[in-house]
Amino acid sequence: MRKLYFGLALITLILLAAIFAPQLSIQDPNQMSLPDRYLPPSIHHPFGLDQNGSDVYSQILHGARVSLLVGFTVVSVGVIIGLIFGSLAGFNGGWIDLLLMRLLDMVYAFPGFLLALAMVAVLGPSVQNLIIAMCLTSWTGFARLVRGEILHLKTKDYVTSARALGAGPTRVLVLHIWPNLLALVLVQASFAMAGTIITESGLSFLGLGAPPTVPTWGSLLNAGRRVIIEAPHVSLFPGLAILTLVLGFNLCGDGLRSWLNPRKN
Amino acid sequence: MSYLLRRLLFAIPVLVGVTSLTFLLIHLVPGDPIEILLGEQASQIDKSALRAELGLDKPLAQQYVNFYKGLAKLDLGNSLHSRKSVSAELGERIPATVELTLVAMCIAIIIGLPLGVLSSVRRNSWIEKLLNSYSLVAISSPSFWIAPLLVWIFSIQLDIFPVSGRNELWSVVLPALSMALQLSAVLIQTTKTSMNDVIHEDFVRVARAKGASASTVYFKHALSNAIMPVITVMGLQFGALLTGAVIVETVFDWPGVGLLLFQAIQQRNYPLVQGCVLLIATTYVLVNLLTDLMYAYANPRVRYS
Repeated sequence: MRKLYFGLALITLILLAAIFAPQLSIQDPNQMSLPDRYLPPSIHHPFGLDQNGSDVYSQILHGARVSLLVGFTVVSVGVIIGLIFGSLAGFNGGWIDLLLMRLLDMVYAFPGFLLALAMVAVLGPSVQNLIIAMCLTSWTGFARLVRGEILHLKTKDYVTSARALGAGPTRVLVLHIWPNLLALVLVQASFAMAGTIITESGLSFLGLGAPPTVPTWGSLLNAGRRVIIEAPHVSLFPGLAILTLVLGFNLCGDGLRSWLNPRKN
Repeated sequence: MSYLLRRLLFAIPVLVGVTSLTFLLIHLVPGDPIEILLGEQASQIDKSALRAELGLDKPLAQQYVNFYKGLAKLDLGNSLHSRKSVSAELGERIPATVELTLVAMCIAIIIGLPLGVLSSVRRNSWIEKLLNSYSLVAISSPSFWIAPLLVWIFSIQLDIFPVSGRNELWSVVLPALSMALQLSAVLIQTTKTSMNDVIHEDFVRVARAKGASASTVYFKHALSNAIMPVITVMGLQFGALLTGAVIVETVFDWPGVGLLLFQAIQQRNYPLVQGCVLLIATTYVLVNLLTDLMYAYANPRVRYS
């Protein structure tokens, strides 16, 4: 439980930072002041200034918006597609299951980061293309999980009795089976958020994310490594932000899992 | 049908899928790739020359067949900038990536295995708690953040390792280390879980009772029985290392396939992008196949299920 609360606290911290970014910012994240560049952290600029003299703290606040937006969108799409795909395969069984699972294995075999990288490279860098590219693979984990669980759940007595009472397949699936998947999907979604945020920052780091006018944690780190001698703080703080959010989701996933599975402890 | 044959046969559609997807990449370019490469002002002659060179003037089905014909001869076309063949460019870069990933793997094993065993032996102690925290933080830290931190500490402050490049023997240490930390955390956790399963078995107790020293019992008797899941995870993580190499090689200017891919993307050098993606993805599929086969070999239950 401690893990879960700690994780939720970290996520809430970043979430608040993202929501209130304009209010909490010291100055416009794109405002430059070349004479003051590389300024180390101080009271006026808690995280220092970067190579353009822009405030790193304000940029990190705005970067949280991109990471959370991409994370929530990609994981939500993954959950929805995975739920439908996994349900179709697991609930129907037979040749439909066989066909869908082979299709899934094909997508699963392709390394996700590489596929996203290649897609954004040809489609052109933008937040929208980044989301599309990551959605292509984000559903596979959920589809596997849902299918496996449905294979197990559909033999349960309460499913049989619902059917005996005349409930159609859709009703059984949506009202009787899906609610029992909620916990597992939530755990997986938490870990998926962590992975998605790292991938998003990695692609932004390589210059394959948002345009340069939109500050992201990845692009800040990319700028930071070029000025590591003059201004190591430009590398330190955006990374700490990523660590906070990713650690938050990993802790949350871990905590949820042991909370839902007390026997394992 | 034997498991081996089934698994090998199953790899074929996967490889076809991966290669087809790579083939389609250039057709996903919004608009006309030729115009993007040459600019709108380019003469019709130049445009049709490049279109013919890339084979884009032929019907799609024909292009697809030609793609596989080329693939059979390891001919992936020519790089648009250096005019060298893509396979030659890849060949030059492969040794660096192999070196980097192998060294990273070794560092991860050297850190991960003993600490994983320790974590299992000292269960519920502060050591396990400390290692759990290390694992969580390491898994949550992206390599593109670890890398600049390592550079700042070891290259700039302590001046032990070079900042970038591949000119000295020691150049490999920092890039490999920034890839290895995450993997070491995964190995610690896998080794621990796997060791926890065998450490209470009778043969371990018998070995202890016979008077074998603790290190012999844990590392020889117990670990050799707990190693299979660890090897499997290592095989699966090898793919993550390969894709992670794109980022780490870019940070350290390490002349491997990952850096080549990054450069190719920046130059819109589509044939080269295709070549790199194809190489990394195929290696990834084959390593996973090998891992599965090894696991089945060591674990007969998989073969007969």
